[in-house]
Amino acid sequence: MRSAYLDASGRPLVAVTGLGVVTSLGRGKADNWSRLTVGQSGIHRITRFPTEGLRTTIAGTVDDLFDRSFAAPELSEKLALIAAEEAVAQSGLGRPGDFPGPLFMAVPPVELEWVQKQELAASSNGDVTYQALLADAARHRHTDYHAMFLFGSVADHIADHFGTKGSPISLSTACSSGATAIQMGVEAIRRGDTEAALCIGTDGSVQAESLIRFSLLSALSTQNDPPTAASKPFSKNRDGFVMGEGGAALVLESYESARRRGAAILGFVLGCGEKGDGFHRTRSSPDGRPAIVAMQQALADAGLKPDQIDYVNAHGTSTPENDKMEAMSCTAVFGERMGRLPISSNKSMVGHTLTAAGAVEAVFSLLTIAHGRIPPTINYREPDPNIPLDVVPNVARDAAVRRVISNSFGFGGQNTCLVFADSPA
Amino acid sequence: MTREVVITGIGLLSSLGEGVGPHIEAADGARAPVIDMASFAPYPVHPLGAVEYDRQIPKKSDQRQMEPWQRIGVYAAGLALDSAGIKSDAEAKDRMHVIVAAGGGERDHAVDGQILTGLKTAADPGVFLNERLLSDLRPTLFLAQLSNLLAGNISIVHGVTGPSRTFMGEEQAGVDAIRIAHARIAAGQADMILVGGSYNAERRDMMLLFELGGVMLTGDVTPTFSRGARHGGMVTGSVGAFLVLEAADSAGARGATAQARLDSVAADRTRRNPGDITRALTAMAGPLTGSPLVVSASSGVAACVAEEKAALEAIAPGAGIMAMGDLAGHAVEAAFPASVALAAALLQAGRGTQAVVTGVGHHRGEGLARLSRA
Repeated sequence: MRSAYLDASGRPLVAVTGLGVVTSLGRGKADNWSRLTVGQSGIHRITRFPTEGLRTTIAGTVDDLFDRSFAAPELSEKLALIAAEEAVAQSGLGRPGDFPGPLFMAVPPVELEWVQKQELAASSNGDVTYQALLADAARHRHTDYHAMFLFGSVADHIADHFGTKGSPISLSTACSSGATAIQMGVEAIRRGDTEAALCIGTDGSVQAESLIRFSLLSALSTQNDPPTAASKPFSKNRDGFVMGEGGAALVLESYESARRRGAAILGFVLGCGEKGDGFHRTRSSPDGRPAIVAMQQALADAGLKPDQIDYVNAHGTSTPENDKMEAMSCTAVFGERMGRLPISSNKSMVGHTLTAAGAVEAVFSLLTIAHGRIPPTINYREPDPNIPLDVVPNVARDAAVRRVISNSFGFGGQNTCLVFADSPA
Repeated sequence: MTREVVITGIGLLSSLGEGVGPHIEAADGARAPVIDMASFAPYPVHPLGAVEYDRQIPKKSDQRQMEPWQRIGVYAAGLALDSAGIKSDAEAKDRMHVIVAAGGGERDHAVDGQILTGLKTAADPGVFLNERLLSDLRPTLFLAQLSNLLAGNISIVHGVTGPSRTFMGEEQAGVDAIRIAHARIAAGQADMILVGGSYNAERRDMMLLFELGGVMLTGDVTPTFSRGARHGGMVTGSVGAFLVLEAADSAGARGATAQARLDSVAADRTRRNPGDITRALTAMAGPLTGSPLVVSASSGVAACVAEEKAALEAIAPGAGIMAMGDLAGHAVEAAFPASVALAAALLQAGRGTQAVVTGVGHHRGEGLARLSRA
């Protein structure tokens, strides 16, 4: 192997040769990018289920993919499929149904939903109990529910469709899951286990119960009118995140393999950083240390200094706590330069796509590099004096962007940061 | 770079008790399995006995914020850290990686039942569901259900705050957790990884999912490898199983005792056509010399059992197959980690010089680990 294909630490460089994305803004890179850069929001009123009595009635759902009712894993699978079709086709790697590498897939946890439980409860008289549901299940009339709600099934179906190799990984690191899927692909290529990996983040789980659960944790924006203005990362009047849905896929490939076959190289994943936080189940350490360390480790892993980063693709959820902590952590990492370093949140437009977010934002980070245009943070009307940053307010900006750090922070103390670049050095 | 990977910590908690001792006794036939036929009839279950959670989870407030599957896992993780002699080394734990094989989603069975009852007569079922969920769901229940919150609780309770990943996907999540942990250490991407999983079998919501697929055994408990089409399926057990995996050189540098060597871990996902499981396991085993101990993480589902048995007869002719499920029940995500833990403990106890551990998921996934005496 020639040293041009290795990074400074002697590991295989990891190139990106395929990208695919679907969100509430649309299907595919072209639609998403054009809407993202005109500052369009994909957030709208929820029509999938009744919202009477709920404090939050909006989300960035992806609708119209089914002409029947569907379960969350079915939508998650569809979103993954759409994104991966685009990414794999762009990469030109392998043959249809024969992708030459493993699958790393961020999927939302699943469970039997109310529709299925109601079906099982239909045969019971009087009070419904789990014993009654079990008695009905034992008649084995709904064997399809079993496979549908196994945690591994979405990845299984995607692995079958694309013919990925080996045992597919279904993973969850809460809101950093999409970034973790990419990180695991990078690690596999660096180990020399494979020349290529298909990394996917998907989430189609906006349901009444999932929304209510986040609502009970006071995590969601309740400023429902107008829906498009609810997600306002870094603004003083931010009041929570807006749930979103989406899927994103990246074909990662060793630089050597990509060059050898003459593939178009869309960028590089130069570094990954990760640090756990043992402070609290939902809150970050007040000193921001885990987020700071995750960013510093990503930079060190990429062999870069902070001043070589041109743009921060923020986690930027629009919750009071995250945005404050993220701004403080970025300032600790990038110093006084942070006041001038552009940072923006894609979530202002697509909402928080949860399990998919890290992957969706990875695709947007690479498009930012490719187009030399930074998507804005929309709904920025009331600056927060405690966050004196250049959030690329409301309007996209043309800028030479060679290197991006993308942040993902999740419940359970998950902090994962990725560094993307246009070239290896 | 390929480094030797050793097991320096074992944490086991099950119906048999805690620590490796009771599990070795059960493997030796000196301790009978604990099976509760009545509580979840017609489904037998290996129930967890009384556990003094305070010993590994000192704060009651932490215990309250977890559902049983998380408490079992955090407890077993603590046992593994103790076993590795690393529990009080804050600096090492700050760097230590975690990979957890998790399910999740323990339901509030009473609330679900009440809501389902009400839905039958509700004038507007959607609005009724919203009202009831808003008033009846405990806010903290969500966190007690989230798959990655077992890892999250391990960071909070034990201070293990390096990189942390949670794999899902039933039995195969446990295989892949150990496979990836081994690969990362061997390649120099990590020095020390806490890896494992937990399963709470004493819950009807999971029985429901498995019964829908017809994979639960009902009635008399027969040995795993004698289960067939007429009387097959899973007998689940509550189990927590964690291992501390470590590069042999770094373990040596800190003076830790290697309890066993983890030589290789392989995983596959066949389409499950006839013969696939046998072929996959045989290929993953590679050539073996001598007579290894054989520990199986089998689910007990009939179609898988026969093929796994055929593979093991080819891999290790004449070896007695020890099914972890016969001792402590099938523990789904934790089944493979628990089986590797048992194999390591048996090697350390001098019951053999090498071991093969097989895992065949009840619906998907095949895995095989090879261990040897350290």
